[in-house]
This record gives sequence, structure tokens and C-alpha cells, in this order.
Amino acid sequence: MRFGVVTFPGSNCDYDAYSAIKTLGEDVVFLWHQSADLMNSDVIILPGGFSYGDYLRSGAIARFSPIMKSVIKFAHEGGLVIGICNGFQVLVESGLLPGALMRNEHLRFACKYIYIRVEKNDNPFTLDCAVGDVLKIPIAHKDGNYYNFQADIEILKKNQQILFRYCDKDGRITEAGNPNGSIDNIAGVCNESGNVIGMMPHPERAVEDILGSSDGMKLFESVKKFYKQGVKFERA
Amino acid sequence: MEQPKVTPQMVKDHGLNDEEYQEIMEILGREPNYTELGIFSVMWSEHCSYKNSIALLKTLPREGKALLTKTGEENAGAVDIGDGLAIVFKIESHNHPSAVEPYQGAATGVGGILRDIFTMGARPIASLNSLRFGSPDNPRVRYLVDGVVRGIGDYGNSFGVPTVAGETYFDEAYTGNPLVNAMAVGIVKTDGMISATIKGAGNPVMIVGSKTGRDGIHGATFASEEISEKSELKRPSVQIGDPFTEKLLLEATLEIIEKDLAVGIQDMGAAGITCSCSEMSARGNSGVTIDIDKVPVREDKMTPYEILLSESQERMLVCVKKGYEEEVYKVFKKWELESVIIGETNDSGIFEVRLNGETVAKIPSEVLVLGGGAPVYHREAKKPSYIDELAHLDLSQFSLKRDWNKDLLTMLGSPNICNKDWVYNQYDSMVRTNTAVGPGSDAAVMRIRKTRKAIALTTDCNGRYCYLNPRLGAQQAVAEAARNVVCSGAKPVAITNCLNFGNPYKPEIYYGFAEAVAGMGEACRVFETPVTGGNVSFYNEDPEHAVFPTPVIGMLGIIDDIKHVTTQWFKDTGDLIFLLGESEDELGGSEYLHAIYGRTTGPVPALNLYYEKAVQETLLSAIRAGIVKSAHDCADGGLAVTLAECCIANRDKMMGAEIYITDDIRTDALLFGETQSRVVVTTSKDDGEKLVDLCITHKIPVAAIGRVVGERLTINDAIDLPLKGIALSYYSSLTKLVETIS
Repeated sequence: MRFGVVTFPGSNCDYDAYSAIKTLGEDVVFLWHQSADLMNSDVIILPGGFSYGDYLRSGAIARFSPIMKSVIKFAHEGGLVIGICNGFQVLVESGLLPGALMRNEHLRFACKYIYIRVEKNDNPFTLDCAVGDVLKIPIAHKDGNYYNFQADIEILKKNQQILFRYCDKDGRITEAGNPNGSIDNIAGVCNESGNVIGMMPHPERAVEDILGSSDGMKLFESVKKFYKQGVKFERA
Repeated sequence: MEQPKVTPQMVKDHGLNDEEYQEIMEILGREPNYTELGIFSVMWSEHCSYKNSIALLKTLPREGKALLTKTGEENAGAVDIGDGLAIVFKIESHNHPSAVEPYQGAATGVGGILRDIFTMGARPIASLNSLRFGSPDNPRVRYLVDGVVRGIGDYGNSFGVPTVAGETYFDEAYTGNPLVNAMAVGIVKTDGMISATIKGAGNPVMIVGSKTGRDGIHGATFASEEISEKSELKRPSVQIGDPFTEKLLLEATLEIIEKDLAVGIQDMGAAGITCSCSEMSARGNSGVTIDIDKVPVREDKMTPYEILLSESQERMLVCVKKGYEEEVYKVFKKWELESVIIGETNDSGIFEVRLNGETVAKIPSEVLVLGGGAPVYHREAKKPSYIDELAHLDLSQFSLKRDWNKDLLTMLGSPNICNKDWVYNQYDSMVRTNTAVGPGSDAAVMRIRKTRKAIALTTDCNGRYCYLNPRLGAQQAVAEAARNVVCSGAKPVAITNCLNFGNPYKPEIYYGFAEAVAGMGEACRVFETPVTGGNVSFYNEDPEHAVFPTPVIGMLGIIDDIKHVTTQWFKDTGDLIFLLGESEDELGGSEYLHAIYGRTTGPVPALNLYYEKAVQETLLSAIRAGIVKSAHDCADGGLAVTLAECCIANRDKMMGAEIYITDDIRTDALLFGETQSRVVVTTSKDDGEKLVDLCITHKIPVAAIGRVVGERLTINDAIDLPLKGIALSYYSSLTKLVETIS
């Protein structure tokens, strides 16, 4: 099983994602933004950072890169893609995931450990979790305030596309547990077929106890299990 | 090229005095032209030449078997940590730019120090910053706090280095002239370091990174003046940062070094091309000729003078190994960076600048640089009269009939004690996933991948102590830094320092500087922590007054085994609480007198360096014996504040404590006095005796003062507070203080 981690100029969590997969014990390669070659990866990780400096709107430039053309095609064919932080922003800008990520409500960058609640566990990235599991995972972003129109939120709910919601340490969905003002405390979503997911929290930073938590590993363990079970997504 | 005629007024405007100008004439054997005058003025400015500090800096201990660089001779200091790895680290000030343009001033401060690290071939793994502002009651101060914190955050976050520790202090002394000191730490294989040298003959010299603009011209000279009403006009002297380009420069530079394509690399910071060319060639005993017309510029009609003195950010000078030019181009092109050959090395020892083939400046490199021909001064020192006046204090004037609970809550909410997460949550403290202990404990701890090791990092200085007693204050800064590192489980190994003072031409200021350097040297000798490098920032004055003498210490410690990492917060109910060291009737210089009585007065707490070291060694052996569950040094705010922090520092698991202390001293001194060489330590119930035995063996006073229990903090009959109330004061204060809009 091979993971491909995309490096845009300005990506800075690419190495963290790479070493998380090494910790998982699977094969992992870096994918260069100017190449269209996914190098036979089975899972694509779009890492955190500030792609192309993000001086315009987070993720707005990255979507035009050669590698993203291949990632979009891969996703449409049912390939597994996870966008973390800036990667989530890129996926939203690319139209692979619904909604938008606005400036945090308090208008400041926020880096700290927070809690998210697993809302569904039939997704490749969460099948090792139980619904209602509380994961301790850090955030580090300025533009993570998830927004979508109320009508579209209803669609997300109906289609069960909400994967993670911010909560307190006991799993209650509270305002105090919401670090950035995201609508309905949404921390992560997936596309309709579930093969593309995006989240603002950084699971790749929570993969060893020495770093404060290893809850993030559950996502990578899940997708590994999913892959090893040989389940394939049907073409959309 | 027609150059303006150099006039006496022009010499004066360039900050050069008569003797210095005479010296220049003698060196050149003629009058300098306008361009050369500009070159001398920046290179002989305080900022680049250290002319008023270097004589004293040379008295600092700079030897140590683990040091891989000679102090001050490379971009940053390097310490061998074993396993074939070295830690490269340095701290630098960006006070003046931050005083007029806080966002860019702070951002470019971070950018500059990061370049110092990665131009040596090291990958930055941590960033720290030590900040000092006036009182947050002042709206201008709040503007500065907001801008500085955003600037540091945006730069470091985008670049991808975790900002893991630091300090934020508030005192009226810093109102017009905040201190913004940025420290960066990198890691490199000991055989992968590269020097900031130009040498050999015929090696191409390349400028890489951003284009050169008119920003930052005379930034170095600006940093060598006091802040005044006119400083606002110097806003154009402040550079603009671009962390994205810096991130690309980092990756490209490390690739160039990895592939062994360069002779030497230096960052372009203060004095831009001028400084990098002259310092690098002087270091290599070589010469360099550059064609200034080849430098990519972002503005039309820039003169050689402007190009040479520009401090545009995210640029570096690379001396390429002859024959590898194409490969170097390729690497920079991959990272979408511009790289242009602008000159060539030779063995003339001369820094020559040409415009369209015509010489516009020609100066021996050696005479321009620190350690070469740059001036060295010993200034007059005179003890300020206030020092003796404030050295005595009659404690009987302070009532002992007080509501100690209320005092503790006031202290916990005071700007200097309260929790600083409003600041550090704006910094990415975890990127690169090495942060074992982030902001909010005694020191940050970074694990070193592929080894069992970790490093501990801290910055410390109590400016109030240094104001009241510069020599003792500087000793205490080193002692506290070492104590913080030891509390985290590390052995202190080396320091970098940032010396922030007023105008050195004032004898009272110079006295403080000389005393602080002496005190720092004494302490570093005892702790065996050599000074690997650093930075001096003078002229930190606004029209009202100079800042407190503030010698900030950045300390590196090594943890041999990651299992010894220790944090400050209480761990489990039933654990025993001990105090290492003894408390005295000392209130002088304390945060208590400042926060409760509005007094800044001595005498500062006494310090015996050898006793301090013994306390630290005892603690470290206890940690290594595996019997210490938490350790927190007793510093600003005294024992009551320290204990409160131990109770609530882990917000997910706050732990109460019952404390009984029998010390026969005043209650205010017991609770809030800042006697040095004390640490609050917890052990499990079973290990308490082992700790006591260890302390007896090392002849260190130790007292069992209580246990971890419940949801309140009680201290004798004086303090009885619920943790919720303590946490509210401690955690909500700073947001209120700095986000007030008026």
C-alpha cells in the first residue's frame, strides 16, 4: 500500500504526513506539484502549510497546479484522498469538497490541542473508530472557519457527509469547544461517495504519545485496514 | 559614474565621528567617495561593528569542548550533541523596527534569525521569542503587542518552524521602545555544516532569493540611534517580510549544501550585500569583486549606494564552487528562485564594486569588519545614583494584615504572571512533529529523531532585577534559564544572549552594560554554559527613558533520554510536594511589590551561584533516578504563584494541593517573595524518601510541604481558593488586557 504526499511550494506539513505514514509502517512517497505523476499511490495526502504562500486565498492557487489535475481525476475515479488543513482548503477550492473555509471567527491564527467527535464510522478514514469517539488532535490555522449555506448543510447531514465535529473533552458539541466559529462545529467533511475527505485538525501531528496524543493514528490505521480489506470504491 | 561630493555634514549624517572619518582617510589614503562613505557608515555602525561592546564581550566564557564554532565567527553558534548531530542556535533583536512598524519589524526579525540558522546547513526545528512591552493600559502598547505577535506568528507559521517558548513581559520602562528578541534553533549533521566564507580565486559569487529594493536602506544605522518622535519617519527603513520565499530559500539552500556545491553562504541581513561580501571575504582572507549592475532590482534607477545598503529580505550570498554554477542554478530554479552571478572571488583582500565595468568602491574587506579594522571603544562607566538609593527596603512598611487570597488572585491576573496562551496560541508550536513539551512549561522540549535524546530550550531575563542590580540580575537570568532547563530534565550546555540596553555613550547606561556582561560571565563560568554567540542592541531609549538593562539569555539543554522529560504540573492525587531550597524574607525586586504596591525597588534576592548549581544538580539526579513527577522553578510571583501554576497548568486535569510550610518568615515573603534557587517538586508517595535522601547527600535543604489532593489550593491559614477561581484569574486576564479597544 502506498501513500503519496503532495508537496506544493509552501507546504510545511508534508514531512509530518510522510513520517506519520512511516510510523504506520506503510510505503510513502512525496509528489511534486509540477509533476502530474501520482506514482501509483493508493492514498493521496494533501498536507498542511501555506501553498504558494497563500497570499491570495488559502488553497486558491494550488488547485491550478499540474499535480492537482491528476489528484482531481484520481478522486473522480474513486481514489482515496485526504486533505488536512491547507489540504482541506485546496480540496474545497478545487470543488472536490463542499463549502468554504473562512477566516477564524476571532480573526487570529490558532494552534492548540482540541477535541473532535467522530460522526460516522463507515468512511475509509474512520472505520477503526466508533461513532461518538472523542479524538484529541491539534489544530493550527487561521482560515478554518467552515461555512456552507444552511440548505447545503442539510444536504450534508442527509448524505452523512459530516465526519468530525468540534466538541469538549466529554464529546459534547459546545460553543466553547468550537475553536474557529465553524458552522455546526464542523471540523471535517467528505464528498458524497466518501472517498475524499477534508479536515482542519492535524491527525498527522497526533501519532505518538510523546507529541501529546496518538489519536490521529486511528485515521491512518482505518484507511490501511480499509485498503487491506480490498474494498474498492465504485466510479462516481 | 558621477557621485555626490562628500561633505562634513554628509559624514555627520552617516553617523561617523571626526576620528572615524580621519581613520577612513588613512586607510584609503584618500577621501572616500559617496558610495564608500555609505559602506563605512553601515559597517562601522554599532549594529554591525559592535564597536562599543566587543571589548567586553570578549571577556565572556567562550570555550567548551562541545562547541563546534568560534563565538561570533559564524552566522550562529553550534554545539555537538552526540550521535553525529549538532544544534545551531542564536538570538537576535529587532527592537527598533518593531517600535515603528510592529508587524513587519517582528516578522523580519524572525526571518533574519532563521536565515542565520539555515545558511549554516541546519534545518530550523524551533523558534523562541522574548518580548517586552510597556503597560497594556496604554493603547499604543496594545497596538504594538498585537502587531508583534501577529508578525511573529505569520512569519514562523508560514515558514513552518514551531514557535515553542519565550516570554512576554510588561513594564513601563519599555513603553516607547519594546524589545523583540527572536531566537532560532536548528539541527545539522556535524559533517554537514558550512561556513559563511568566501575564499579561493575565481569562484563565482551569487545573489539568490528576492530582488533588491529600496527597503531597509540604513536599517543598521537606524538601529544605532535612540527612538524619538522622528523615528516614525524611519518607517521606510523597516523591511518587508515574505515567509513563503524564505521557505523556498530554506529548501534550496539545504539542497545546495547537501550536494556540496557551495564554498560558503551568508544571509543578507543588516547592511545587505555590503555586509555579506565584506564579512565573508574577510573571514576567508580573500577578495571579491562584484558588478552591481547585475544585481536583480525591483525598482528603477537604483544607485550602487542604494543597492549596496538595501536590506531587502529573503536574500543570500552564495560563494559557489567553480564549475558547479549550472547545478546551483538548477536547484534554485526548481524552487522558483532567482539566482544570479554578480561577482567573483580573488586573493586581493579587497571588496570592489563596479558599475558597468567602472569601479565605484574599493575597500580592503578586513578594515570594514568586526575583529578587523572596525573601531573598538572602551566607554566611560558610572554607577547610576538610583542603584544605591533603591538597594534598601524597610519591610515593616508593608502590612501583614491582608487578604492573601485576593492578593494571589491579583497576582495571577497581573500581566507578567498571567497565562500567555493569547500569545502562543497564535504561533504554530507543533509543525514538524518534534515538540514534546510546547509553550506553558518551564522550558520547551524538542525530541531529536532517530535518537533517545531531546533538547530543552528557554529564554529568560528579569529586567527589573537587572535595573536594580545589573550584575546580580544578569547572574539571575543565567541561573533561572539553567533552572528552567533542569526542571525539564535537561543538563544546561550553552547559551546565546541578546543584550538590550540604552545609549552606550551615557556612562550610567554603560555601567549597566559592563556590570551585566560581568555578571553573565561569572554565572556562565559556574554553570559551564559557554556563550556561543548572540547580539547586542544599544540605543533602546525613548524620549522619556532607557529600557531596563535586559540581557536576555537563550539556553540550550540536553536530555540524554527522552523518558526524563519533566513538566511543571502536578500529576496525580496523593503525590507528595517538596520544596528544594529555602525561603528568605526577600521582597525586593518582586512582582508582588510591583503588582500590589506599584513599587520597583531592591534589594533584589541574593544568589549564590555554587549553591544554585548544587540545587540544580540534585534535581537533575533525582529526575534521572526517575523519582520526580513534576518540577517547577520558583521564580516571578514566588511560591504561591508557583504552586498555583503547578495546580492548573494542565487544563485538562487540574489538581488541587494542601500545603503546610513552617518557615518562620513574613507571610508576604513566604507567599510571594522571590528567593532564588528554589524548585517545587512532586514525587509519588513511595519515592518521597528517596528524594529526601538524595537532597541530604547533596546537602540541599528540602522540605515536604504538602500533597496533591482535591480541587482547592490551600497554603497554611493564608490561602484557600478553588481551582476554578485560580484558573479564571490566570487564564482570562491577558485577553482582557490586550484586546481592550479604546
